[in-house]
Amino acid sequence: MEQIKLTVNGKGYELQVRPWASLLEVIRDDLGLTGTKEGCGEGECGACTVIMDGKAVNSCIVLAVEADGRQITTIEGLAEGDKLHPVQEAFLEMGGMQCGFCTPGMILSTKVLLDGNKNPTDEDIRKGLEGNFCRCTGYTKIFESVKAAAQKIRR
Amino acid sequence: MKEYTVIGQRVPRIDGRQKVMGQAKYAADYSLPGMLFCKVARLPVAHAKILNVDTSKAERLPGVKAVVTAKDFNGWTWGFMANTRDEPPLAMDKVRYYMEAVAAVAAIDEDAAEEACDLIKVDYEELPSVFDPEDAIREGAPVVHDYRPNNVSVEYHWNFGDVEKSFAESYLVREDRFRTSRATKGYLEPPASLAWYDPAGYITVWAAKQSPYFHYRHLAACFGLPLSKIRVIQPFIGGGFGGTKNDSVAGDFCAVMLSKMTGKPVKFVYTQEEELTISKRRHSMIVYNKMGMSKDGLITAIQSRVIADGGGYTAVSPLTMYLTGCCTPLPYKLPNYKYDCYRAFTNNPICAAMRGHGVTHTRFACEIQMEMMAEELGIDPVEIRMQNAIDNPKPGEIYRTINDMTLKTCGIKEAIQTLVRDPLWAQKDKAPKQDGSVSYGVGMSATSYLGGARQLGHQSCAAIVRICEDGTVNLITGATDCGQGSDTVLAMIAAEELGVRYQDIDFKMVDSAYTPVDPGSYGSRVTVLAGQAVQTAAADAKKQLLDILGREWKVSPEEIEIRNAEVYHRSNPSRRIPFDKLAKIACYSGSGAVIIGKGYSGYGIEPLGFENGRGNAGTSFSFTAQTTRAGVDMETGHVTISDFVIAHDCGRPLNPIGAESQNEGGAVQGMGQAIYEDFIMDRGKTLNPTFLDYKMPRSTDVPDIKVIDIITDDPDGPFGAKEASEGSHVSAPPSVVAAIHDATGIWFKEQPVTAEKIVAALKEKGKWPGKQ
Ligand code: FES
Ligand code: FES
Repeated sequence: MEQIKLTVNGKGYELQVRPWASLLEVIRDDLGLTGTKEGCGEGECGACTVIMDGKAVNSCIVLAVEADGRQITTIEGLAEGDKLHPVQEAFLEMGGMQCGFCTPGMILSTKVLLDGNKNPTDEDIRKGLEGNFCRCTGYTKIFESVKAAAQKIRR
Repeated sequence: MKEYTVIGQRVPRIDGRQKVMGQAKYAADYSLPGMLFCKVARLPVAHAKILNVDTSKAERLPGVKAVVTAKDFNGWTWGFMANTRDEPPLAMDKVRYYMEAVAAVAAIDEDAAEEACDLIKVDYEELPSVFDPEDAIREGAPVVHDYRPNNVSVEYHWNFGDVEKSFAESYLVREDRFRTSRATKGYLEPPASLAWYDPAGYITVWAAKQSPYFHYRHLAACFGLPLSKIRVIQPFIGGGFGGTKNDSVAGDFCAVMLSKMTGKPVKFVYTQEEELTISKRRHSMIVYNKMGMSKDGLITAIQSRVIADGGGYTAVSPLTMYLTGCCTPLPYKLPNYKYDCYRAFTNNPICAAMRGHGVTHTRFACEIQMEMMAEELGIDPVEIRMQNAIDNPKPGEIYRTINDMTLKTCGIKEAIQTLVRDPLWAQKDKAPKQDGSVSYGVGMSATSYLGGARQLGHQSCAAIVRICEDGTVNLITGATDCGQGSDTVLAMIAAEELGVRYQDIDFKMVDSAYTPVDPGSYGSRVTVLAGQAVQTAAADAKKQLLDILGREWKVSPEEIEIRNAEVYHRSNPSRRIPFDKLAKIACYSGSGAVIIGKGYSGYGIEPLGFENGRGNAGTSFSFTAQTTRAGVDMETGHVTISDFVIAHDCGRPLNPIGAESQNEGGAVQGMGQAIYEDFIMDRGKTLNPTFLDYKMPRSTDVPDIKVIDIITDDPDGPFGAKEASEGSHVSAPPSVVAAIHDATGIWFKEQPVTAEKIVAALKEKGKWPGKQ
């Protein structure tokens, strides 16, 4: 077992983890934050996206030990109490989801995209979400959600 | 027409807040104290006789609590029809496809369970195997199931009119061989369940099922328990699209059995690779299609001979093969029709239902063949469609197809005309046709899909509308939302009928201990049939409320209206109270005044005529016309789809956001199937069982999509609605392939139309611009 320190959604944790445990396993199983999803476990779908030190990462292919000392935001850390983050609000209003399994990852990737670019073009949005697979929506409503979120953030 | 207050509004999904906050719990998100983990052991051989399964080493591994093998299930099998129950939870005497389950382990963690699976030793004798469906049904092929010695798992032979005579009299007759791909549903959430076998004889599962009541019956039958003791609690479902999540999988039965053996809760979650290797996929079908036409392009007859690769077991395929045949007389008038189908058992993974079930195969063949013939006759793609398309029946009239399907509404002509006016089609000749090595083309399709499908046996949906004393409402149904948005639509229907606001409705997800039995989420039936049940239940509750208020106000209940959560006297609207007040009056109006409305859907349609193909496959039919713009790189064969315009007749979109999103998602899934989705097989082994190697559309691949509603207000649907989730999945492939034809001048008859196939065809035709 290895000892690591993580800050997740602003809260500090000291954890004992197996050396081969992924960050995803630690988030879901040890911290009980099941909003982060596992779609493939192989870095191919983005369902497990979390924000690590400002970057969107696939937590299924990040070893927990690699995340030692890092700042992590999961989907549970986005809203402030009952108040949704503008990206969450936009996905809700524009219908940027169906089954919702890709949604936490999609929203976090969108947040990172918009943190770096408040005026994304259609091309920027498509590129920014390329790592997040969605089987249900055909992405159209997701693109609309991202645009609406950008507008909310600019206001 | 009455103005709706809720129907037609762009409301947010009823579960949207939970989903965007990460609070929506899916099967894998549930856990219980002391829970064990289950992994399934599989045999990496496509066809073999099992001689012995030795689990002793696995059982001795520290952390392992129990191992289950086939014998624990005492020979129990399940399947769609009484005479096709051929699938065991774990392989008994032999395995029939690569990686079929042979045992399962429960251990204190996943690592131990996985290691134990590797320690299970199976002695087996490999058997001759068969992978091609046409080979499989030839004399002397290796036999997959002894009860079907010719490997024909399902066959139908239907005949309407006189095709032979009609072909003889036709001006033009064409025969082609089409093939559809080995596509998969591709949902993001792999199968999972948390199971608890209470030693008192109860089973509780939190299972990822889009049709939880199939599973409920399977568990009762498998474990010999009464249905009253089976509790399937439906979590949020991470996508369905038919097949696996309608059915049960090895892990489902094994987790319950292991829980029974250990006295602990047991959870399994398949890996995505496991899912893509073994889970039920779409049939790949070979369609030998023959079509006759008059000189001016009227279709005179169609004859389809279909050979489907069924894989190792029957599953739901009697229905698949029915749907593959029955909808060919839509959306064009068809006077003569013959259908012969053979579903072959092979040693490939099991094939079953998937979105666009059955219809997608034959509609693709007919649509492309019709265009090929129109081309030969010099008739334009719009004209050929318009002159064959079925007219919208006048109110009160019915259109009857040659196989006795009946339509009360049909928006196909309006849909085609709408597309003709849309800039993508109208200005297609003005748009550039060539840019560097890329050729552009625009293609069209016109298709239909059924709503309100029926399987065998139980068919009706039920709903309960419970009024709370503060004016809020619990809506209880047996319907499952696997993403399509039905919970939202059902809540909208309840709100509209009752006269309250959408946000006053609370939707209860399936818990088979409390919710009414429901057939499930398949065949685009939920909005149509559960919707009808909800509407009836809401009307019942409303009647009870108004009866009580009528007594209070000393007026007849018919004189009172409820709208927008306001209750008022029709002829004296100043006499009004808010709905919550009415709820309180009613709930307190006497001892036991509990306001509960109940409703059922009608049985919809007669049981399917499997033997003769006559009768309705659904209660109503949606119609879709679609245009696609594609760019084909003539050097590399790479296809880029830039635009879809979809004109969809779903009767009336109840929740426009949901209906659009279904159309968009369905069409994109259809696009994947048309141009790249395909399992690459090697002697029964799936070579590309990952999201990386089994390519599905990503954000960078999808076109701009415009959805246009064609409103026909079907008299049988709740508030005029018909299906809205599968139509565009059927319309996309032919429209994409027609666009590729427009760009390249070549008709492709085999899905997926990959870059390799395009380059090969261009070379063959001498059209490839590269160096040979
Ligand atoms: S679960 Fe991590 S990328 Fe798919
Ligand atoms: S909403 Fe289902 S995968 Fe995106």
